[in-house]
Amino acid sequence: MSQPRTLSQKIWDRHVVTPGVGGAPDLLYIDLHLIHEVTSPQAFDGLRMNGRPVRRPDLTVATEDHNTPTEDQDKPIADEISATQIETLRTNTKEFGIVHYPMGHENNGIVHVMGPEQGLTQPGMTIVCGDSHTATHGAFGSIAFGIGTSEVEHVLATQTLPQARPGTMAITVNGELQPGVTPKDVILHLIGVIGTGGGIGKIIEYRGDVFENMSMEGRMTVCNMSIEGGAKAGLIAPDETTFEYVAGRPNSPVGAELEAAIEDWKTLATDEGAVFDEEVIVDAADIKPQVSWGTNPAQVMPIDGVIPGPDDFDDPNLANTAARALEYMDFEAGTPIKNIKVDTVFIGSCTNSRIEDLRAAAAVAKGRKVADGMRTLVVPGSGLVKQQAEAEGLPEIFREAGFDWREPGCSMCLAMNPDKLQPGERCASTSNRNFEGRQGRGGRTHLVSPAIAAATAIAGHFASPDDLA
Amino acid sequence: MKAVRIVQGTAVPLDRTDVDTDQIIPSDWLKRVERTGFEKGLFSEWRDDRNFVLNQEQYSGATILIGGLNFGTGSSREHAVWAIQQYGFDAVISPRFADIFRNNCTKNGLVPVTVSDEVNEQLMRAVEADPTLEITIDVERLTVEAPAIGLETTFPLSEAIQERFLEGLDDIGLTMRHATDIDEYETSRKPWMPAQA
Repeated sequence: MSQPRTLSQKIWDRHVVTPGVGGAPDLLYIDLHLIHEVTSPQAFDGLRMNGRPVRRPDLTVATEDHNTPTEDQDKPIADEISATQIETLRTNTKEFGIVHYPMGHENNGIVHVMGPEQGLTQPGMTIVCGDSHTATHGAFGSIAFGIGTSEVEHVLATQTLPQARPGTMAITVNGELQPGVTPKDVILHLIGVIGTGGGIGKIIEYRGDVFENMSMEGRMTVCNMSIEGGAKAGLIAPDETTFEYVAGRPNSPVGAELEAAIEDWKTLATDEGAVFDEEVIVDAADIKPQVSWGTNPAQVMPIDGVIPGPDDFDDPNLANTAARALEYMDFEAGTPIKNIKVDTVFIGSCTNSRIEDLRAAAAVAKGRKVADGMRTLVVPGSGLVKQQAEAEGLPEIFREAGFDWREPGCSMCLAMNPDKLQPGERCASTSNRNFEGRQGRGGRTHLVSPAIAAATAIAGHFASPDDLA
Repeated sequence: MKAVRIVQGTAVPLDRTDVDTDQIIPSDWLKRVERTGFEKGLFSEWRDDRNFVLNQEQYSGATILIGGLNFGTGSSREHAVWAIQQYGFDAVISPRFADIFRNNCTKNGLVPVTVSDEVNEQLMRAVEADPTLEITIDVERLTVEAPAIGLETTFPLSEAIQERFLEGLDDIGLTMRHATDIDEYETSRKPWMPAQA
C-alpha cells in the first residue's frame, strides 16, 4: 500500500514529466493554458525572438477581457493603447494558430468564466494562466495557478513548467451556513482567518459539508480568492455536482469516454490518513455576511460590525497596516458598517459574475429602486452568461430598478477599461481586491457578495437584503 | 537573463506590509505591449506624495529595496518585477514574498532575499538612520552583509534557482533538454482531456 496522499499531491504526481533531483523543481506538464491580452504580448515576442513555435496550440485558448469596454462592444475600442494590446493578441493567436474568442463573440468573457463554461476545465487537470485568479478552476478538482509572463512564454514553448512542489493546507468548514451567508462571505471570512500570507507556498484544499453542499459556481467563487490568502492554488474534490456541471459542455468528453473519465475523477480525493502540512477548521455557524473595511482582503468584518481600530490588533504589523488602511479609507474606528454611505456598486468580476451571482443580485433588486445618486454597474462574466441572463429577464429587472446593465469583461475589478472609480469614491464591489487604487486612483473598495452589493445599491449605505423594506 | 553574482549598494526602506503589485505598478501601465519603459510606473501613485521614500534624495541611486511582510502580494503581473528592475533595483529584501512575485523575480534576475523579521527590522532601521549604509548580497554564498552594523546573515535560494542566477541561464532552453521526456509524457495523457481542433 502506497503512502496516503492528499488530492493536490495526487494531481501533481500525475503531471510530473521529470522529477526534480536534490531539491530541484519538478518539470510539470500543463494540460490547459488560458491566455488573455495583458500578460501575453511580451511572451509571444520572446518566442519570435528565439524562433520558437508554440508546442501545443491545441491546449491553448485565448480570450480578451481585461481591457474590453463594457459599452458599445460593436464599435472600435476608443482607448488606443487598449486597442493595440487587443489587436496584438489577435495577431499573435492568428500567427501561432491558437483558438481565440474576441470581444463580441458569445464565448468571449472573463478567462475564468469562459474556461469552465466551455468545458475546458475538468477534474484532475493542471491549468495555468497569466492571471492570479486562475485558482478559480480548482473548484473542479484541478491544480490551477497564476503565472507571470516569462512562465507564459515557457508554457507556450514547452507545455511544461519547472515547479517546486507546493505544501498542503486543509481548510475544513463543517456544519450549516446561516441564512443569507453566501460563498463570497465564506471565502472572505476564511481569508480573514488565515491572513493575506497564510497560504503562501501551499495549495489549499477546501473540505467539509459547506463545500460539498455548494454549487459549482459557489465553489468557483471560493477557489477564485485562494490567492488573496496567499495560496498558490485552491481546490475542492470533484463529486456528482462537478460531474453534472462538466457533462454536456463543448469540450467535455461524451459517451463511453465520459463514463471512463468519471470513473477516474472519482479517484481524485484525499486518501484516508493523508497528512496536510497545515489544517484550519472553521465552524460554518460562525460565518456571517462580510464587508471588507481596509486595503487588503484579510481586513474584513461582519456587516453588522463596526470599523476596527489599530488597538484591536495585538500584532504590531497588523496594527500598523490597519492604521494606514483607515487613513486611506477615511474611517474612524467604531463607525458601524451599516452607517457607511456608498457612491458606486459594482457587480461583476471573475469572482462573482456568473448566472447565480446575477440571479442573487436580481432577486434583491426586483421591484425596488437604487438610491438617488448611486452609480451602478452590472457586468456579466461572459457572452453566454449575458445570454442566459437575458433569457431569464434579468436585464429588465436590473434596468427597472435603475441598475446599469453592461457587456462582459473584467471591468471595474481592476479598472483597465473605462470603468473606474474617481478619487475618494466609495464602492461596494463583488470583486476580489480592495487594494489602494485598485478600481481607480484614489478609489475606496469594499468587497462584498452580490446580495449585499445589490442591497447596498438600494439602501445607499451598506445593507443586507433583510434590511430593505 | 543576465547573470547576477553580487549586488552591492545602498537601500531604500519601504516600511509597509502587504505591498501589492497594484501599488508596485498600477494597472494602467499593463496596457503596454513592450517589456521596457516601466520605471516611471513604479509606485507611481505613491510617488505623487513628495515625502514618499523613493522621492527622498538621500535614497537616490539605491540598488536594493527593503519591504515589509508579504511583499508582492496580489496580481501575477510580471510588470511589477520589470518596473522594480528598470528603476534601478537589483534585489528586494523582505521577510516573506508572495509566490508569483517571487517566481517572477527569479525569471528576470531580480534577487528575492528572504530574511527573518528581526533582520528585516534591523536593516530597515539601520537604513533609515544611515541612508549611505552599504549592503552586499552575495548570490554565490547566499549571504547578506552590512559590515557597518555588524550584520552577516544568510538567505535561502534553491540550488536550481541559484545556478540560474549565477549562470544567467535561459529557463526555456534548460527545459528543452527534456524534449524527449515531454514527448513520452504526452503519450500517457488521459484521452478525454480537452484539445482544440
